Amino acid sequence: MPASAEHPFEQPWQAQLFALTVALNEAGHFGWPDWAERFSERRAEALRADASDYFDHWLDVFEGYLGELGLAEEAELAEMTAAWRRAADATPHGVVLSLENDPLHSISADHSGSVQT
Amino acid sequence: MPHDHHDDTEEMVARVRALETVLVEKGLVDPAAVDAIIETYSEKVGPKNGAAVVARAWVDAEFADWLARDATAAIHSLGFTGRQGEHMQAVFNTAGRHNVVVCTLCSCYPWATLGLPPVWYKAPPYRSRVVIEPRAVLAEFGTVVPEDIEIRVWDSTAELRYLVIPERPVGTEGLAEAELAALVTRDSMIGVVRELSV
Repeated sequence: MPASAEHPFEQPWQAQLFALTVALNEAGHFGWPDWAERFSERRAEALRADASDYFDHWLDVFEGYLGELGLAEEAELAEMTAAWRRAADATPHGVVLSLENDPLHSISADHSGSVQT
Repeated sequence: MPHDHHDDTEEMVARVRALETVLVEKGLVDPAAVDAIIETYSEKVGPKNGAAVVARAWVDAEFADWLARDATAAIHSLGFTGRQGEHMQAVFNTAGRHNVVVCTLCSCYPWATLGLPPVWYKAPPYRSRVVIEPRAVLAEFGTVVPEDIEIRVWDSTAELRYLVIPERPVGTEGLAEAELAALVTRDSMIGVVRELSV
């Protein structure tokens, strides 16, 4: 069991996820004990000894919790995830990643606007 | 089938970006607040807030007394406020007792005073073993607690979190409060370390 100091986040997405959760809590959308209870239930199951699955579980539980709170539906999140994945695939190295790089982005934007002929 | 870690990471990144896009578009979170939280926890808080609490308790008996009675209020008085509304309890090491903190459920931790927990604090071996065999676990951290010293294990919850107040090292009578705070380590405030080096 190492006692050395280390960074609490292994990857930037983990910090982002943590901060999103805290921000949503601070904006008053849920109580922390309520969230902690759900997260603990998941963490009580089989776990990797090095805790490398900690934020994977956090993300799973948080996505489900948003649905339970009625703040974001599973399908909505899945759709947006797919958009970001397409954007990442279509973005060359050295270019800032943006949702606008999703090849389907302009199409969906057009759908919400006027009908194409 | 081989598991591609790189693809896994990209998937997690896309999911978190999606979360943020959806929550921001709905006006549920402010992106500036998210950035501020990351900055606070990555760079600012660390364990130095907790160290300031400990140092104050060492130099100010009245504060130490307040900390023992109502740690939440005493810690707030120094400007460190729990973001999740949790209560704090300070547990004092003495010549005859050593305190160590765990969260067996997940990883409840006093963020406002210690920042974010280290990886081992969140890992199953520490969480399950420290309750059963604290002496053996502490020894793995290089902390050998003599048999005649009692070890108390405190199990944190989402509502109540513990801060270990280590004993002031001998030979520090001449040090100023800020110098004392610099001696206090994160691990000593979790309780996996007992002796502070001067």
